[in-house]
Amino acid sequence: MTGALWRIFLRDCALLVPGGRGGGSLLPLLFFLAVAMLYPFAVGPDAPLLARTGGGVVWVAALLAAILPLDRLIAPDLERGFFDQWALRGIAEEAVMAVRIVAHWLSFGPLLMLAALPAAALLGIDGSTLRTVELGLLAGTPGLAAIGVLIAALTASLRSGAALAGLLLIPLAVPILIFGAGSLSTGGESGLALTAAISLVLLAITPFAAGGAIRAARD
Amino acid sequence: MHGFANPTRFLKLARWLTPLLLGSGLVVAAIALAWGLFAVPPDRLMGDTVRILFIHVPAAWLGMGGWTAIAIASLVELVWRHPLATVAARAAAVPGAGFTAICLLTGSIWARPTWGTWWVWDGRLTSFLVLLFLYFAYIALAGAVERDGASSRIPAIFGLVGAVNVPIINRSVVWWNSLHQPPSITIGKSAIDPAFLWPLLAATIGFSLLFGGIVLARMRMLLADIQAEARLRRKAMEA
Repeated sequence: MTGALWRIFLRDCALLVPGGRGGGSLLPLLFFLAVAMLYPFAVGPDAPLLARTGGGVVWVAALLAAILPLDRLIAPDLERGFFDQWALRGIAEEAVMAVRIVAHWLSFGPLLMLAALPAAALLGIDGSTLRTVELGLLAGTPGLAAIGVLIAALTASLRSGAALAGLLLIPLAVPILIFGAGSLSTGGESGLALTAAISLVLLAITPFAAGGAIRAARD
Repeated sequence: MHGFANPTRFLKLARWLTPLLLGSGLVVAAIALAWGLFAVPPDRLMGDTVRILFIHVPAAWLGMGGWTAIAIASLVELVWRHPLATVAARAAAVPGAGFTAICLLTGSIWARPTWGTWWVWDGRLTSFLVLLFLYFAYIALAGAVERDGASSRIPAIFGLVGAVNVPIINRSVVWWNSLHQPPSITIGKSAIDPAFLWPLLAATIGFSLLFGGIVLARMRMLLADIQAEARLRRKAMEA
């Protein structure tokens, strides 16, 4: 079982990581940077304003970028019957989903934290704020990845799934955004701790919910 | 509970229960609102604006209650595969969203003279806005599942995950303790004068009856849709 899961994990990583076989791409990252570029165009190149609000913009951009890969996460494997094959081999859907959350985070979280560096330069965010943003992303992106896999599993069997995914993801991701961006304003540590707490709660729930969704899609 | 798994038996019960709930709900809500509008004295601090709370507070409770109903129905569907639970969860979503919207609207109208602004980014307001978007997401998902003929257990899973949000709404007052006042009514003791409490209680009962009536009416509608579709399919098979 663990050996099979390890092979599934390696396959997921190979599929999802940018440039991988499954068409995993840099698209969410480029989109993230594009949003960070768009914001100064909208509010004007006022450096103090950008520096003050930039951290929040990075968070909104990260949340929007998390919507993009959803239609590639589960649906192709569901169509090709991979989940049925794994179920026949006695591998629980929940375990497959937990593995996929980790793989999705690896293909998404660290790169987003890396892309936050040029975004911070564009928005003129200072060093200490950038540190909080990076720590917040480290605490928050696992939760975002977990929600992403859940939403992708829920909408995988629907024809209009891709259009729905954003509407489904945003309200669930709001607590991560509130605490993550909230860590920028006051105190810091409590916001980061709450972001991490929400992430952990989501990581605990979503493999079961997403596994249930895969089973529900079967009938 | 499985006695009502038979839609025919449920429909027989719902046929007379729906107008009863809707009628009594309308009467009780009308009495309570008239009581709140004309008989209750103006509040010492809030003046006449207090009267909108007789709509606002029951709407808030029912907005949260609506998602609780979705969560319970979803659980019943996932665990016992009860055929009516699917219909009940879908039927509760629209009035739940409606009462949440009413709560946000009346709260906004109340806040304008009281706090001097239409909208405050306070914890409780914000979490109700999120709840409204959760309702929209659930309704959209349930609609897409219906259209694509996918498993009805998919929205049930989303309903249960979304239910995690309902306790966050309750705790948010403590977390983000800001402009919004702390809860005035707790179990056992109440900071509200009895003159306000009784019409509030009556309004809550009236709105709850209305809520139940709307849910039953929508369940009957959804079941009728299913029956009509099945009949059309049978006709198409015969032809």
